[in-house]
Amino acid sequence: MGSLLQVVFDALALGSLYALAALGIALIFGVMRLVNFAHGDVIAFCVFALLWPSTDAVAVVFAGNLPWFLLIPLVLAVGAALSVLSELVVFRRFRRANPATMMIASFALGFVIRYFLLMLYSSRPKSISLLPALSQPIEIFGARIPLLQLITILVTIAVLFGLTAFLRRTRFGLEMRAAAENFTMARMLGVRANRVIMGAFALSGALAGAIALILGSQTGTANITMGANVMLMAFIATVIGGMGSLAGAVIAGFLLGSIATVMQVILPPDARAFRDAFVYGAVILVLIFRPQGLLSARGAKERV
Amino acid sequence: MRQSPALRSLSTPILLSLLLVCFALAAVFAGSRPFNQTIIDIFLQVIFVVGLYTFVGNSGVISFGHIAFACLGGYVAAWTTIKPMLKGGAMPGLPDWLMQTEIPYWASALVAALWAALWAGIFGSVLMRLSGIAASIATFAMLAMVNSIYSNWESVTSATSSVVGIPIVRVIWPYLIAAIIAVFVAWAYSISRHGLALRAARDEPTAAAASGIDIPRARLIAFVLSGGIMGAGGALYAHSIGIVTPDTFYLGLTFTTLSMLVVGGMSTLSGAVLGVLILSTLIQVLRWLEAGVQIGTSTFALPGGVQEIALGAVMIVILMFRPTGIMGNKELNLPMAGSEKAGRQGPEPQTTNKE
Repeated sequence: MGSLLQVVFDALALGSLYALAALGIALIFGVMRLVNFAHGDVIAFCVFALLWPSTDAVAVVFAGNLPWFLLIPLVLAVGAALSVLSELVVFRRFRRANPATMMIASFALGFVIRYFLLMLYSSRPKSISLLPALSQPIEIFGARIPLLQLITILVTIAVLFGLTAFLRRTRFGLEMRAAAENFTMARMLGVRANRVIMGAFALSGALAGAIALILGSQTGTANITMGANVMLMAFIATVIGGMGSLAGAVIAGFLLGSIATVMQVILPPDARAFRDAFVYGAVILVLIFRPQGLLSARGAKERV
Repeated sequence: MRQSPALRSLSTPILLSLLLVCFALAAVFAGSRPFNQTIIDIFLQVIFVVGLYTFVGNSGVISFGHIAFACLGGYVAAWTTIKPMLKGGAMPGLPDWLMQTEIPYWASALVAALWAALWAGIFGSVLMRLSGIAASIATFAMLAMVNSIYSNWESVTSATSSVVGIPIVRVIWPYLIAAIIAVFVAWAYSISRHGLALRAARDEPTAAAASGIDIPRARLIAFVLSGGIMGAGGALYAHSIGIVTPDTFYLGLTFTTLSMLVVGGMSTLSGAVLGVLILSTLIQVLRWLEAGVQIGTSTFALPGGVQEIALGAVMIVILMFRPTGIMGNKELNLPMAGSEKAGRQGPEPQTTNKE
């Protein structure tokens, strides 16, 4: 019973992480058809923003010493600011470019961010202790669950409810959903394109900040490539969720997290090393049977 | 009398090959070993990017997975060319006949091409039914699968540790010849009826399907061919440095090659080749600057890390001003007599009606 519960929590926590990241990618894809490869580097940037630039192995914590009620808004704001800045400086000039060009531009931007961090902090992973109170385990029905896992799951649920309320109840949210569904039509009806896109980037950046906090306190290290793996999984989740469908991205994020965790448990020990191969095989299978994604966004089908 | 489109566009691969020969001659005249290695790297990138172009350029489907075929090819080189006595230690799980095999490097490149093409056929027959972004993600999943298998299958790939002892080929000519062959193969494919059909399907999928083009089949042919080119490139890569690891052939190389293709212009062969030559030259210049340049009595050097940042910034700026890449939709071409539309020649969709 206890170990089963442990697996459930592991799956939910990993899934939450993927779901949050997938949301960040799907938000931007929805409004401007951009697959943002810089997202992972924004995540890493948010973690490093807490450290004082140095190349030592032990991080000089700078802003990370703030109390949590200041620390969390700060990290979210850093993510949002960097994300909005990247839209103002780079992506605004790519409005008419085709998706492949935008994708490579976002990748180049991520490259710039990564090596900027490398220049300031060196490529060595650094140990940090971020919100150390969260790493103690608590006991629920005989399973020892790290408090952080529980909080990750709760935060994700809160973010999902908050985002749903925002998208359904506010004018800005309505504009954003309209833009995601049919961008040209929304503009003709008076939605300000640049404002909506900027809003999407700000939200996506703040989500990156949230992931940075979770990852930073989970692993206890800051590494300039720490966002890459999460971003790739999120990217996959966005696609199998149905590009542009926010609900689909979240569901697929949880699905991927669960598949990865469950496979770790049920695969025979010999095959366990090949877990990722099985996960990616499952991804290909999903795509073959539902190429438009689990929940395809309305209006996503190309008309002839 | 009109020339056939094949003959009209023949100047493109010839010009590109001459450009490659110029690079090779520069290496010979410079005569320094590091520079020689740099030029070899450029030729390998040309092979990879031309292989990628064969599929991506003609089909319009972005593939993140082609480096997986280079990985397959690289390990074929390791399996077939390392001395039998060395092989037993690193890769004890190989079958006996393979353990005893020792073939020259060019043969290993050929075998690698066939082996990669075989796997491209197997993966492609499933994946080519997808289009757009779903296809891109599926090819990425394929890359991740291959990487995961090769980094964990201890007995035949010695997992993540590098396989050493692959005979190193330091002369520049084999790489030059391979790059030129890749250029000509890509060119021949793109003017063949399969290539024309695939480009028609890229530009107007509905119309192409309605005209009787079997799109998944047309894509599969390109996928197998480009897989073969990548496989040969992977084997030669292994011979250029003498070691292989699974992570050599993963995300880093995938993004480098894709960037070169898109910056050069992904819908033309000239774009693929020039993208490599321009970006590689830029990288090399930045490296020299980083190492320090003597100007008068003072040494001028860029701080470390600036090289990559400048590279990323230059790529963004190029794409800002030329969203379809440096070459756009044009091929490098000689203005030939007898063709009335000088700017519009080359293997473009317009020539489809010649079929």
